[in-house]
Amino acid sequence: MGSYILKRLISAVPVLFGITVIVFLIMSMIPGDPATAILGSYATPENVEKLNRDLGLDKPLVQRYFIWLENMLTGDFGRSFSLNRPVLDEILERFSATLVLAGTSFVLCAILGILAGAISAARQYGLADKLITLVVLIGISIPSFFLGMMMILIFAVKLKWLPVSGMYAIYGGGDLPDLINHLIMPASALAAVATGVVARMSRSAMLEVLRQDYIRTARAKGVRERRVLMGHALRAAMVSIIPVLGIQAGFVLSGAVYIEMVFQWPGVGRMLVDAILKRDLLLVQGGVVFVAACYVLFNIAVDVAQSLLDPRIKT
Amino acid sequence: MTFLRLLFRNRLAGLGAVILGIIIILVTITPLLPLPDPNATATANRFLRPFSEGHLLGTDHLGRDILARLLYGTRISLAIGLVSAFFAALFGSAIGIIAGYFGGRIDNVIMRLIDMLMAFPYILLALAIVAALGPGLMNALIAVAAVNVPFFARNIRGITVSLAGREFIDAARLAGLGHTRIILSELLPNVLPVIVIGISTTVGWMILETAGLSFLGLGSQPPNADLGSMLGEARAALITAPHTSIIPGIMIFLIVMSINLLGDGVRDALDPRLKSGALTRPRATTRVDRKGPVPQADQKGLLNIQSLETQFHVGPRIYRAVNEVSLHVSAGECLGIIGESGSGKSVTALSVMGLVASPPGVITGGAVRYDGEDLLDASYERLRQKRGNNVAYIFQDPLATLHPLYKIGDQLVEAIQSHNNTSTKEARTKALELLKSVRIPNAPERLDNYPHEMSGGMRQRVGIAMALANDPEVIIADEPTTALDVTVQAQILTLLDDLRRERGLAIIFITHDFGVVAQLCDRVAVMYAGRIVEEGQTKAVLDAPAHPYTKRLIACVPELGGGRRELAAIPGLPPVVDRLPEGCAFAARCDKAQDACHRGYIPLNGHAPRAVRCLFPEEVV
Amino acid sequence: MPALKFTNLSKTFPRAKPLFGKARAGVRAVRPMSLTVETGETLGIVGESGCGKSTLARMLVGLLEPSSGQIEIAGKALDTADPAAFGRLIQYVFQDPISSLNPRKTIRQIMETPLKQLHGMDRAERSARIGKIFASVNLRKEFLDRYPHEFSGGQAQRIGIARALAAHPKIMVLDEPVSALDVSIQAQVLNLLADLKSKFDLTYLFISHDLAVVEAVSNRVIVLYFGAVVEIGKAEDIFNSPKHPYTQLLADSAPVVGRPLKAPEQKDSELPDPLNPPKGCAFAGRCIYASDLCRSTEPELRVMGENQLAACHHPI
Repeated sequence: MGSYILKRLISAVPVLFGITVIVFLIMSMIPGDPATAILGSYATPENVEKLNRDLGLDKPLVQRYFIWLENMLTGDFGRSFSLNRPVLDEILERFSATLVLAGTSFVLCAILGILAGAISAARQYGLADKLITLVVLIGISIPSFFLGMMMILIFAVKLKWLPVSGMYAIYGGGDLPDLINHLIMPASALAAVATGVVARMSRSAMLEVLRQDYIRTARAKGVRERRVLMGHALRAAMVSIIPVLGIQAGFVLSGAVYIEMVFQWPGVGRMLVDAILKRDLLLVQGGVVFVAACYVLFNIAVDVAQSLLDPRIKT
Repeated sequence: MTFLRLLFRNRLAGLGAVILGIIIILVTITPLLPLPDPNATATANRFLRPFSEGHLLGTDHLGRDILARLLYGTRISLAIGLVSAFFAALFGSAIGIIAGYFGGRIDNVIMRLIDMLMAFPYILLALAIVAALGPGLMNALIAVAAVNVPFFARNIRGITVSLAGREFIDAARLAGLGHTRIILSELLPNVLPVIVIGISTTVGWMILETAGLSFLGLGSQPPNADLGSMLGEARAALITAPHTSIIPGIMIFLIVMSINLLGDGVRDALDPRLKSGALTRPRATTRVDRKGPVPQADQKGLLNIQSLETQFHVGPRIYRAVNEVSLHVSAGECLGIIGESGSGKSVTALSVMGLVASPPGVITGGAVRYDGEDLLDASYERLRQKRGNNVAYIFQDPLATLHPLYKIGDQLVEAIQSHNNTSTKEARTKALELLKSVRIPNAPERLDNYPHEMSGGMRQRVGIAMALANDPEVIIADEPTTALDVTVQAQILTLLDDLRRERGLAIIFITHDFGVVAQLCDRVAVMYAGRIVEEGQTKAVLDAPAHPYTKRLIACVPELGGGRRELAAIPGLPPVVDRLPEGCAFAARCDKAQDACHRGYIPLNGHAPRAVRCLFPEEVV
Repeated sequence: MPALKFTNLSKTFPRAKPLFGKARAGVRAVRPMSLTVETGETLGIVGESGCGKSTLARMLVGLLEPSSGQIEIAGKALDTADPAAFGRLIQYVFQDPISSLNPRKTIRQIMETPLKQLHGMDRAERSARIGKIFASVNLRKEFLDRYPHEFSGGQAQRIGIARALAAHPKIMVLDEPVSALDVSIQAQVLNLLADLKSKFDLTYLFISHDLAVVEAVSNRVIVLYFGAVVEIGKAEDIFNSPKHPYTQLLADSAPVVGRPLKAPEQKDSELPDPLNPPKGCAFAGRCIYASDLCRSTEPELRVMGENQLAACHHPI
């Protein structure tokens, strides 16, 4: 097992390297130069040239890439001009907020999705199945940002059950109950789509597995039906559900961008959108690389979980 | 158009098509409608409520007509979604087909790149692209299309790899086709349905994504608006004028939902597996729906199958897989059931313990009596207690029939604990004994093996051990050696024969091989098109077959030691069991058939245990 | 002139290099093998799963590049693995008849491909030729406009044979052509193959795991075990008086009506591991006659009796 984890970690190195290359290449496609964007109306040819030299932008592309990479590896992601603070500090602060939101949503979507899918398959064409299918259909068709806005209207404005937005109350907040209070709406809005997808996939994975010969064997042995469904079938179905969870984690992270906008959540997604609109490219570059790297590591964890479940994967 | 018929058989898909159709018609005729200019501002009329005069859906924060903006915005959103889906599918599929077909290094390099792109949560890549190209509708389109290319590439590659390994691709190469032609004329037609399914199930998603980018202010730029940017602009006034948000939100929802419904319908209509309704869950026991009276109990054997009828109901068709089959087996006896594929021999065996997949299987008549008790009448729990405990099964392919994710020791323990309240430790000791009794070498280590770690012969021994776990009285073996090599088959057959003698088991042995029947079985029943056509002591049947089918089938089988020769063959094909002919099912292929053979019911005649279902038998029985 | 001759033909499948450590030896699916097939002969090839019979067949028709060795068809050497070059000389009939037909093409399209690609025939020529071939495999012409899924296994296999015939080959490699079929259909196809052979002057390589079938159709038989030839002999002799203990084991294992069931005498041992091949004779681990010599030295094929060769240190 240890050697498998090590192997996956080593194989992640080229992927991480590739991510930095892709991000760097995309960013270098930008027309015009960032110096003009930074200086705005103060831009005179002399100022621009000086700033370009300070930022190292006068050097050739390949050299610039390696300087950037080297700096990043030493923890120096550069300095955000719009916020006037180190990029890494800002990212770490914002990312932890995103992690709270996306992590909660992910756990929600995994548990609810698999449960709904399994029940749906076990009761195929029954009332529960039809109800779940309907809810799932609505879940995957509604834009998460619209769902979030409607939740605000209903639960915050009309019913006044939950706070409208933010992560903590401005006065007297900051403890865990306060956080949970603020988390309920954005986390559920964010989880809606992913739950739907996971539920659908789980349902079809279960149905597929239930037709397999080894399920018939289990029944022929006299295994109780509950155990056939929730033991034999669900376990085998998990082999196809886990990779879907890995992909859905990416979708949850992505959806977090919208939800952070709607609920004024101080996360990394809102930071990125603001940075793009202000053309603060170092912040964009650093943020994208950082989040992508975390996602790569998360996917390794998914692969390890998969190999624990399925002995046929060579460890 | 079978496709459209299949598509609209799904009523939800029909609903989706209707909603989407109305929306498309509306946006197509939008320029002809008497609508105000969607970009004409009138700040005096801000935030008019719906149903205001002149503004059916009210106005937004700049006093612009929401209905006009909604319809023009829908045009943009739909167009962008469709175009980006098209391009994502085009590039993704091309990449996937090339990688999957050529394999090797090309595949490796391409898929590494795709993996790298998929290592980004999709919106990061989209954000990076928009950041580089600048906000704007076209750039959002490019970003959304680019982000979805890897999904198509990976999906299509998977399909292509499995197709490229199929024999018809080899056949095309042998027919002289080059790579380009094979890709275009052999692969593409087979991949195309998958691409269409891919598009139809992702268009909705792409519309959501472009709307999302516009919502963030990175897509369509003012004053033009798509649905996403309408929502984005309305967000500031969410509480004071909720209708400005709700209207475009509901529109997105309607579009995406109708496309999803339609997409599911397209998928179901194009996927051949779903077409036949195959993805239904088999119930815990076969449905029993006996039309006629239940046969009276007669004192024959330990397991007594009486006039069993099992059918498959697929749509309007009824496949009569098993018709009026009566069989019985006593302790220590081995009964063979022999027949070709589709003769109903396996379905007969599975019907005994209610293991025929249902739906579509239904037991429509007869009785299965174990020690006098009718199992078709038993409750689920009663039947479960008998399964494995009194009547156990050995199946054909031991790789498919053992659970791939459980150690074989655990599977044996589970079999034991399903019927006994023993501790896991005791059960494990018993499991070890079982493995030894089927002569598995190194049994203690084998307990912790997974099925895939064993050879076919060893797996089948585990299958037998599992059947023996609760000392059953009857074992039903459904072609247990067909998937095995002949040297392994000989070992397994000997093992089964020894176990029968040691434990006094009753065995029902299903096979298509006369040699196996001759060596193992005391009595044999020959099945054809769902009926028993002949039965009797094995030696009597093989030495002097009475039914022309049996006689000619035996003649078809080449026997070792006969040298080079012309083989006897039976012309024609067995009938399909949803259109069984009247009279004898074999008559059409029989050279002795007369007019009477094509009419009426032909009974099974003879003196027990010998019987034959033929008007003009080869031998008198 | 022999119809087909191959010398030192072998195939080794490379294994992925591990992350740490040096490259591992590949899996030797077919060990260096030489053989001559006479024109008009039917050569039977028998062996159990994993013995290399399909790998050999795929090399012979150019679908797989050999790791070493030469293939000569009708006196002409064919070195590169190019199915199009092989196609006019040697054709292949697949085991799974349905899977060898493209589900989205009509039978006519499938039949026309080799005529167009390999022989450049025009429409009228093609139509005439297809008509002739279809008549000789007893298929009705109206089948031409149907799709593969509309056919039963036996019919689909006839179509597969017809397609192979369309290329006008001299040799046909038949890879388990009847093992997916029911016995009553099996005999139909085997008899058809025998007719076609004399009608079109063909040479057959008939691969099967079923000894009785091979014996019924072949002139000569070779027995493969673990990627190597262990015995060659005339069909009527090889199973009646086998020289190699493995051939004996095969013959004893086949269930035969009238012969009582007894486990063939052999040790209950596992098969040799292709990833870790044994030294010496691959069969030694299962052989009751095995000696130290067998476990250390690989036996060569030697002439034993009339027209019979076996690779064994202690022949029966």
